[in-house]
Order: sequence, then C-alpha cells, then structure tokens
Amino acid sequence: MTALSLTVNGKPVNADVEDRTLLVHFLRDHLLLTGTHVGCDTSQCGACMVHVNGRAVKSCTIFAVQADGDCIETVEGLAKDGVLHPVQAAFQEHHGLQCGFCTPGMIMTAIDMLGRHEQLDEATIRRELEGNICRCTGYLNIIKAIRSVAEAR
Amino acid sequence: MYTAPFHYRRAASLTEAEEMFRSSDDARYLAGGQTLVPTMKQRLAAPADLIDIARIASLSFVRREANALIIGAGTRHADVAASQDVKNAIPALAHLAGEIGDPAVRHKGTLGGSIANNDPAADYPAGVLGLGATVKTTKRTIAADKFFTGLFETALEPDEIIIEVSFPLPRRAGYAKFPNPASRYAMVGVFVADFGSAVRVAVTGAAPFVFRMTEMEAALAKRFTPDAAAGIVVSPDGLNSDLFGSAEYRAHLITVMAKRAIAAAVL
Repeated sequence: MTALSLTVNGKPVNADVEDRTLLVHFLRDHLLLTGTHVGCDTSQCGACMVHVNGRAVKSCTIFAVQADGDCIETVEGLAKDGVLHPVQAAFQEHHGLQCGFCTPGMIMTAIDMLGRHEQLDEATIRRELEGNICRCTGYLNIIKAIRSVAEAR
Repeated sequence: MYTAPFHYRRAASLTEAEEMFRSSDDARYLAGGQTLVPTMKQRLAAPADLIDIARIASLSFVRREANALIIGAGTRHADVAASQDVKNAIPALAHLAGEIGDPAVRHKGTLGGSIANNDPAADYPAGVLGLGATVKTTKRTIAADKFFTGLFETALEPDEIIIEVSFPLPRRAGYAKFPNPASRYAMVGVFVADFGSAVRVAVTGAAPFVFRMTEMEAALAKRFTPDAAAGIVVSPDGLNSDLFGSAEYRAHLITVMAKRAIAAAVL
C-alpha cells in the first residue's frame, strides 16, 4: 500500500491504494469518477484518456502510484457551474457521439490536441485521434465538433 | 487487479535507483511504462519491485553538440518530436518520434525505455541503429551495432540504466514505416542515413530484432536514390510472419519503405 496525495479536478485527494492499482481503477472505484471508461484495456482505444499535468495519458496504462503528486483532470472536471466546456458543447451541437462510450476519452484527447495546435485541419485531427477508437465509427461528427472549436477560437 | 502484486519505489537519482535495484531480489526499472505496464497487465512480467526512474530530471534533455545530437534517455517521444534542436539537427529523428504509437503513448514513453525493451516492431531501434548512435549507460558506452542483441534482448545488464544516446549528424536521413493500423507498431520501418562517406540502413518490424541491410547500404553509397533501393531483392528468409503479414509481404515492404525513406531524405 502507498499513501497517495494528488489533485483531481482541482481538489486535493489523499488515499491509501495498493501499488498495483491502475489509475483508471483508482478514479472509477476509489473516487467514483466513472466518466473515465475502461474500453479495450490494452492501451489502444483511448476510452480511459485523462490529463496528467496537462497532458493526455491513457489511465489504463499507468499505475495510480506513478501519478502521486500530480494534477489529474477527468471529464467530470470540465463543466464549470453547470456550463459545459466548449468541447463538450461542440460534441453536443455536432452530435459527436452515437453510443457515447468513447466520448469522455475523445473529449479529453480533443482538448489536449487543441492545446498543442494553433491550427487544426481535418488531416491533423484524424492523425491526433489515432489513439482513440469509436466502435460506432462516428468519426465524421467528432472531427466536425473539434474543428468547430478550433475555428471559433 | 490485473498485475501480480509488487512494491513501487520512486527513485530521485540514478544512484538511488541503483541502490534500490541492488537491495531487491527481483526488480525492474520503470520509465514511461507504455510497454512494461501492458506487459505486467498480461502477467508476462511480474517483478517484485518496480523502481520508477521517470522522475529523474537529469535524464530528460536534448543537447546539440558540434558533431552530435545528445538525447537524454528519459526524454518523452512527444518532446523529441517537438524539439526544434532535433528538427534542425536530424529532422528524420523528430519525424520518427512523432510516428511512435499515438499522442498519449508519446506523452509517457521514453527513448531509453524503448531501446532497453527492444521490441521487434519498435521505431527507435531503427533510428539508433540507422544513425550508428552510441548508448551511454551508468556503466559504459555501447555502440548501436553491439546494443541490440536479440528479440527483446540488449547488451544491458539487469541493473544498468541508459543515461543518454548520442546520435552522429548525418548529411541527410529519412524514416518511413508501414504501421499496424491498430497498434501503430511498425509492420516494417526503414531508417536510412547518408553520412557522405557511408550509408546506413536499419530495418525494424520485419525480423526478431532490428537489423542493417548491408547490401542496400552498398548500393546507396554509390547512388542515394529510391531507384537504387528498388534494385535490391530482399529475401523473406528469417523474416517475421504473423496474422498481419507474411514474410514475403514484409520483404516487399522493406523495399517500399526504403524507397520512401530515401525520398524523404533527399527532399
């Protein structure tokens, strides 16, 4: 067991966890933040995407202890005072989801890529989405949603 | 819980990491964890002690010297891909780093972790061998030609830690890979480097571990053009064959990727 001390969605969190606990299970099972999903469990689908110190990371591929001392952002931390984050609003506006399972990961990846690119054309968005899989194959509206945020800046 | 139980320890320095390793009967170093964590989840690895060296700040840097580009072993793929120093000195290496996995993998994975693991389909081994780089560790320096020794095998001792890799500056270089569409690992990746007096060609993804194509190197030393590579017939003997592609298919891909890598280098 290790005593963890980290920040999750702006709030300090202290917890004792078994060392082998994956970050995604710490978020879901210990903090009950179930917006972060477990999809493929093999580091490919991106449903578990969160931000660690501002960078998109697959939370199924990192142990919670590795993030001790870090700042974690999950999909639950995006809306402020009941107002959706612009990327969440764009996914709603452009219907960037079908079943919605991949959506939290898609949104965390979208925010990460928007932060790293001043301009985002379709080819770049598609490349940046290589680590996120939508099994409804609803990519066109996801790309539309991300483009709309990039162009509105 | 997917992995076997283990004891996590975070090292603040190389000395501390080595002490932790020596005090354990069964330890593994953990850097970005983008291979080791999935491997542990499948219980293909189950170390008793996991020593996290990812926070050792002195391992993460890019430094341009007169005749070489030095990259710290703990430098993340995303940082190598975005580094202006790397783009200026060896643009093909920045390109290679930006082709590894996907953005999230590149945010965690490190140069040292990639080459220490020596996955047969990893990208960095092609760059390190193709450029004839030198690997500096806590114990010695190892030439790339002596570093990669087999499938997931390197010249490293169990407790040895990679500190940095020194890449000689080529006149021009290129990297092209045909990625597996799901994993983004190389089905075949070819790195070509023209040093004026000599040409090096390294191939990843095609065989049990990265290797040089000496016949193609000789042809390219005479004429560094895609056509010169096209004239080399690659034998499928000893190449990997799996559900993604036969040995014959990979042999064909080597020529195609070599041509693309040369085209990128001469651009």
